[in-house]
Amino acid sequence: MMLLIGTNATEAHPIIGYKMRQAARRGAKMVVCDPRHIDLVDEADYWLRQKPGTDIPLLNGLMHIIIKEGLEDKKFIAERTENYEELKEIVASYTPERVAELTGVSADDLYAVARLYATTDKAMIFYTLGITEHICGTRNVMSIANLAMLTGHLGRPGTGVCPMRGQNNVQGACDMGALPNVYPGYQSVTVEANQEKFEKAWGGKIPAKVGLKIPEMFEAAHEGKVKSMYILGENPVLTDPDTNHIRAALSNLDFLVVQELFLTETAEYADVVLPAASFAECNGTFTNTERRVQRVRKAIEPIPGQANWETICQMVTRMGYPMNYESPREIWAEMASLTPSMKGINYGRLENESLQWPCPSTDHPGTPFLHAGKFTRGLGLFQPSEHIPPGEMPDEEYPFLLSTGRILYHYNVTTPYSKGISSIWDKEMAEVNPLDAEKLGLVTGSQVKVSSRRGEAITAVKVTDRVLPGVIWMSFHYTATPTNALTSHHLDPITGTGEYKVAAVKIEKI
Amino acid sequence: MEVNLVKLNINGKEVEAPQGSTILQAAELAGIEIPRLCYDPELSKMGSCRLCVVEVKGNRLLPASCVTPISPGMEVQTESPAVVEARKTILELLIANHPLDCLTCDKLGDCKLADYCYEYGVKESPYVGEKHNYAIDNSNPFIIRDLNKCILCGACVRACEEMTGQDNLSYLHRGFHRKATTAADVPYIESDCVFCGQCVAVCPTGALTEKTMAGKARRFNIDRVQTTCPFCGTGCNFDLAVKDGKVIGVLSNPEAPVNGRSLCVKGRFGWDFIYNEKRLTQPLIKKNGQFVEASWDEAFDLIALRFNEIKEKYGPDSFAALSSARCTNEENYLVQKFTRAYMGTNNVDHCART
Ligand code: SF4
Ligand code: SF4
Ligand code: SF4
Repeated sequence: MMLLIGTNATEAHPIIGYKMRQAARRGAKMVVCDPRHIDLVDEADYWLRQKPGTDIPLLNGLMHIIIKEGLEDKKFIAERTENYEELKEIVASYTPERVAELTGVSADDLYAVARLYATTDKAMIFYTLGITEHICGTRNVMSIANLAMLTGHLGRPGTGVCPMRGQNNVQGACDMGALPNVYPGYQSVTVEANQEKFEKAWGGKIPAKVGLKIPEMFEAAHEGKVKSMYILGENPVLTDPDTNHIRAALSNLDFLVVQELFLTETAEYADVVLPAASFAECNGTFTNTERRVQRVRKAIEPIPGQANWETICQMVTRMGYPMNYESPREIWAEMASLTPSMKGINYGRLENESLQWPCPSTDHPGTPFLHAGKFTRGLGLFQPSEHIPPGEMPDEEYPFLLSTGRILYHYNVTTPYSKGISSIWDKEMAEVNPLDAEKLGLVTGSQVKVSSRRGEAITAVKVTDRVLPGVIWMSFHYTATPTNALTSHHLDPITGTGEYKVAAVKIEKI
Repeated sequence: MEVNLVKLNINGKEVEAPQGSTILQAAELAGIEIPRLCYDPELSKMGSCRLCVVEVKGNRLLPASCVTPISPGMEVQTESPAVVEARKTILELLIANHPLDCLTCDKLGDCKLADYCYEYGVKESPYVGEKHNYAIDNSNPFIIRDLNKCILCGACVRACEEMTGQDNLSYLHRGFHRKATTAADVPYIESDCVFCGQCVAVCPTGALTEKTMAGKARRFNIDRVQTTCPFCGTGCNFDLAVKDGKVIGVLSNPEAPVNGRSLCVKGRFGWDFIYNEKRLTQPLIKKNGQFVEASWDEAFDLIALRFNEIKEKYGPDSFAALSSARCTNEENYLVQKFTRAYMGTNNVDHCART
């Protein structure tokens, strides 16, 4: 059984979505929890259409029923988890009636899905941005983990919680320590032994203090505390929430270097732009959403004349820190020697196999699924949560709820440069419910101005009941329609992820 | 799980295969390749092209090996005179209604029909009759559909349904007019097609081909470089098709661990962003608010000067680096390494619209 929450797999992760569709057609049960009528709804046994921003009450409601009916996995809870009492206490007030009221999902459906999930031996939960891009994103994720632990759906094949990572190498960027709190392999920067190890290996003095997360960086740039930045291959002006705030932060920098394929909105702010090489021009590795490390192979000579790793090495060497690598293979080898969970992976092995970390030694086969027998932290901790309403809800002035996401045909900001793809899908088509369209006098193709407290964007609309009345749904792929000028400035306080999924806007026909 | 092995004899050789295997699978296990057009290991069985017929002792008819299960003691001949004769006839019938423009066909080198005609010495068809004259579907930027070359193997229909689940293709009409096409027989662009290109990947002939590769190279002149898709976190693998140092397309690689031959429109057709004329090819330095082209040396000198100056003046934490969820592990490693070890700060993160 597959429980999908906040993930539009056939568009965001098409091949995974196609496989889910096949599994459902072969008879696997499928539950889709999504405010939007996504493609997989048509394959699903149940569609829970919760109102945007009500994932916690929905999950709490399912757990309420599971506990009430005695369907929890008592053995798993006793042996593998702690803090169960608090969970029980909090979900006690999430009666099906109250949850139906909060989420718009009928009590009958809640019962059916709670029973189905709890009593199916092999049940997996999948989620993506629909869960994390909320003010309560971390709490949403914890609530999902609670549901899986409550029913013992973890640590066996065909069970577990599967966060599907969006960008091709978001997993790898995290694994490599491109995070302010950890070295490669999630080794904490605040642990003295780690600090010593890396200082010794790399030379130089590294602080034990956690660094700034992206939103904090831009905040610090605003305040004049961060003065210089280096940005590799990202375009936060288009992809991060609250564009105008980021533009102001970038203009405030004393010095900005951007390494990019194209002169993006972000690169416009740079003092120096370094041309980047594409995936077809570089050797290296990507790590997919299953922690599978796979080779990227150079097929053609780099168009700017050199590969990205060479550019970084030359730049840093010029700054006074010699980086003399022969090849990406050597870079990987250095990283693996410092990272216990990757030690067993090397380019030689990757010629013949793809390996999922943890892979601690060269004779280790890799690890297809985590948490078998034991969680990383020992016992699984229940971290229950009350309903946290979105940071901004529609009101009289801004009566519509804007939700954002991606469409099949584009991947963030690179695919618009594909001529084939952009010749067909060349502009934003914001989705509006027929009821609202009628009130506003819109038909598919009408132009509207969408504005929020932070900015505005012009877009064409598509009238469809894929979205609920009162909701407008937009992607963020097009420079001409900068959706993130509208999105909320509210952030998840724990991860700093923007609340892209809910903002209040108004729509005017133009 | 215990698998029961069945013993049989193929071409005079004692072989073993798991119970429930077809003759075609058992032969394959024994290293004997039986010609096939409609059979595809990843798709449901159709048993319609009949090219895979074999001779089975005691059976007067020639059964299609792709749908006939093995049984103990079975004696099979895969290339007996009767079999070869039958195959020739099938091929002759197929090419009777097939444009023989192999000289300019993009698929040659990877066309099963041409390969088998070569193998069985079929040059032309003794059967003369009506030929199809379908308009070529060139309606979209990705796929060229020339149904005159279609042999109705049904692989595209099955791939669309069984690999992608889009159910965009089916059969229309009967007899000579039978067609594997979209609902209502509209061009791809007007259909529910999501342009995953699975149909192209499985088509054994030149009926479905990649538009980007049209006229660029014959299959045997293409270098294939296996790599990982740069778009989403699924991590599909495919081959970049390279000719004369240029990428001309993407081809499925059946060995891909995550996806097999399946891809989505981005992975299969989105690669051409690498040749967009807006690509930056030289470093740029902003002077008086305008970007001017600079040499790598100039750019590195300026960067070194300014990063060092600012660090000196305002301290390590005045620097921050944004690494990339689009770039390789190795690049990410280098960025966080120099940020920490040289700039002396943990201010490193990446844009994770996870
Ligand atoms: S491209 Fe994909 S969706 Fe379109 S017809 Fe072919 S298999 Fe079906
Ligand atoms: S188009 Fe190709 S795959 Fe489809 S039926 Fe014809 S020959 Fe077979
Ligand atoms: S081919 Fe499509 S599904 Fe596969 S990795 Fe690329 S973008 Fe993702």
